Amino acid sequence: MLGLNKKDTSLLIVVAFLTLLAPFILNPFPEGSAMAQFNAGYPDLMQRFVIFGIFAIGFNILFGLTGYLSFGHAAFLGVGSYSAVWMFKLLSYNVIPAIALSVVVAGLFSLLIGFISLRRSGIYFSILTLAFAQMSFALAYSVLSNPKFNLTNGETGLQVYADDPQILQGANAPDLPHLFGLPMRATYTMDVGAWSFDFNAGYYLCAIIMMIVFYLSIRIFRSPFGMMLRAVKSNQQRMNYTGLNSKPYTLAAFVISGMYAGLAGGLMAAMDPLAGAERMQWTASGEVVLMTILGGTGTLIGPVLGAGFIKYFENIFSKINDNVLHSWFAFLPDGLEDAVVFVIHPFIGKGWHLTLGILFMLVVIYLPGGLVEGGQRLLKRFKRKKKDTDDAPSGKTEPAE
Amino acid sequence: MTKKNVTRRGVLKSGAVAGTGLALPTIFTASSAAAFTNEPTGSSVTLGFNVPQTGPYADEGNDELLAQQLAVEHLNGEGDGGCLNTFSSKALQGNGILGKKVGFVTGDTQTKSDAARASAKSMIEKDGAIMINGGSSSGVAVAVQGLCQEAGVIFMAGLTHANDTTGKDKKANGFRHFFNAYMSGAALAPVLAAEMGKERRAYHLTADYNWGWTQEESIVASTEALGWETVNTVKTPLASTDFSSYIAPVLNSGADVLVLNHYGGNMVNSLTNAIQFGLLDKVANGKDFKIVVPLYSELMAAGAGENIKGVLGSMNWNWQLQDEGTKAFVKSFGEKYGKPPSNSAQTCYAQVLLYADACERAGTFNPCGVAEALEDFEFDGLGNGPTWYRGADHQCFKDVLVVRGNENPTNAYDTLEIVEITPRSQVEYDPEHPMFAGGELGKCNPGA
Repeated sequence: MLGLNKKDTSLLIVVAFLTLLAPFILNPFPEGSAMAQFNAGYPDLMQRFVIFGIFAIGFNILFGLTGYLSFGHAAFLGVGSYSAVWMFKLLSYNVIPAIALSVVVAGLFSLLIGFISLRRSGIYFSILTLAFAQMSFALAYSVLSNPKFNLTNGETGLQVYADDPQILQGANAPDLPHLFGLPMRATYTMDVGAWSFDFNAGYYLCAIIMMIVFYLSIRIFRSPFGMMLRAVKSNQQRMNYTGLNSKPYTLAAFVISGMYAGLAGGLMAAMDPLAGAERMQWTASGEVVLMTILGGTGTLIGPVLGAGFIKYFENIFSKINDNVLHSWFAFLPDGLEDAVVFVIHPFIGKGWHLTLGILFMLVVIYLPGGLVEGGQRLLKRFKRKKKDTDDAPSGKTEPAE
Repeated sequence: MTKKNVTRRGVLKSGAVAGTGLALPTIFTASSAAAFTNEPTGSSVTLGFNVPQTGPYADEGNDELLAQQLAVEHLNGEGDGGCLNTFSSKALQGNGILGKKVGFVTGDTQTKSDAARASAKSMIEKDGAIMINGGSSSGVAVAVQGLCQEAGVIFMAGLTHANDTTGKDKKANGFRHFFNAYMSGAALAPVLAAEMGKERRAYHLTADYNWGWTQEESIVASTEALGWETVNTVKTPLASTDFSSYIAPVLNSGADVLVLNHYGGNMVNSLTNAIQFGLLDKVANGKDFKIVVPLYSELMAAGAGENIKGVLGSMNWNWQLQDEGTKAFVKSFGEKYGKPPSNSAQTCYAQVLLYADACERAGTFNPCGVAEALEDFEFDGLGNGPTWYRGADHQCFKDVLVVRGNENPTNAYDTLEIVEITPRSQVEYDPEHPMFAGGELGKCNPGA
């Protein structure tokens, strides 16, 4: 279907199924129960899952295929957000022009940075991108936010004010981001027994866009262009010796992934009309690297899984505080309860970074292929058990790689 | 490169998929039954405490959290009741708010606007918080205030000192109890004139962001009105930890007063650098060199240690005040946590009680009703003396303290001494004052 082979089609269908039914899948525990703490099916977090999924898919096109490790992708995300908010300020709250402009501006910006950074490869490339991203952060944080020329509004973040022009804003249009009148904030809550599921308009917009860009990324992976990028990763020097100029290919990959990042930034602003400079900080760039590696570099679905994993920890674990812990372990005798809480305390709340760090280490050491490899191993184990009886050696000699 | 086989079946299938996708959003247009966002229906009500637990202002944030927890205890009738006994409004009974038990959720703002909004959103969307309180930075406060306005919940600001919070960024759903940069300037200026004379040359080092600029603007305006001259104003990056390169030029600039528009860790470092350069031992223009830190906090004073001795600044509140409200609050905070509260803790405690009281008086949790009850509300007994919540910009007006680093502290918490309590009338200003003009409150938004 849609020019994909059978395996890719089923992957796309699985992703579509998961994203469309996310409100059910992420809210497995009844509201009010002790486990409700672990529910992730509220609009803001679901939006973050898919937006950062888009960001990581784009990053993977560059890093997974060409092996060029960019440490400055957050700059494109930030530029996308700022362009989107400027569209809200100047045109109207409709999200379409905002998202379109964010992709275009991030594309141009990444063309500029890519053109310069791609003159080097390896660690020098990473450092160059990091330097550019930090420069953009500093520009957004203070240089471009002075009272005389206020492009980014500095630390406070760019927002829409009541006295902004908004020349296309209709009289009856909602006063917050909307898609032709449908507010991104609109949520329909479905109560089923003790469960409650939120269906949010903004989430579904992001989810549909993510499925489209996921499909695009499959096509890129399977295209001759994608093959060329893989060749860059395996041995660029050899490619150059054959007389092939690889730079246009790497630059194209860089710009495509920059546009993905800009799209993610534009969507972030469309869900919540504020663009902060921290979005461009190097920690944000590092985060997308973590997401991609955690999920599985160079795999199709890996980056999305990694993004979900990290965002889940950031938003769910960071909110467990000592009071919650005490209520969980209330059944234990007093002294023991305090001891258990004392032991767990450093790993929750503000210590979520620690938990994530440990998990990241475990994944990198034991599953170098990321979560995708974990999934494959599990699958293989089940298959082997089934096939145990008829898995006799075929007798045919197989060629070694 | 790719082969295209368009079949009838394929077109039908993709058409059906696209159709479903397009039709899907229409189911969200159904309106819900609640009258306002997160209307509490059960026997409890949830407040959201959004404070920096990591990052440069983490100390302040954690102190705020302690005070917020104490406020919840007092509202639920546990503990000694604290300021409920001294508060001039007697609407609160110690049985929760409107008979509903008060619960709370916490979040980490990381002192970043983005993270703060994400955390506030999750409290509103997931935990059903009806009010957000806290914050230790003006950028964060402005960002979260904007979010609360959109979502339709009340925002009770914590520590935020920039003029913009209730100036050009003011919102109908947001309320600030803390004082602001303009008030600091107005309160400090007469004390500076009395201590240092009217012919001084000031050099400003300013944290390069929203709060730094408004504070610099306010202090420059009020000192120049006295007759002072401003030699130079230099912006320093917020992330810097070493200010030596900024301090060195001060010595040869012809200035005789250094004004540090820094807060938190920045202020501790820049002040320490200034002392290391021996600025306070210098004589310039025939006068002793002086340093001024317009916004003080106990936690900064503790961080700077010896270096703050004799340095002047302003504060919203101090635990050494002798009114009944302060005594009651310091007593219950001290008994529970073994230390006196900071002024950021006090402002959060007062904000939670003020919100609860407004709900009781309005008889509803509806943000519009609560806002109406808070607007132009006159009260006393929370530690700041008679206070007025001005309706025009949702800013509290109360006395401002001018403090000085204690020369001979008797214990670890006695680092600041109160020089003067500047009366409210002296720090009041018109809502349309140029430093605050440009924004509008808009209409209160109950959400839903």
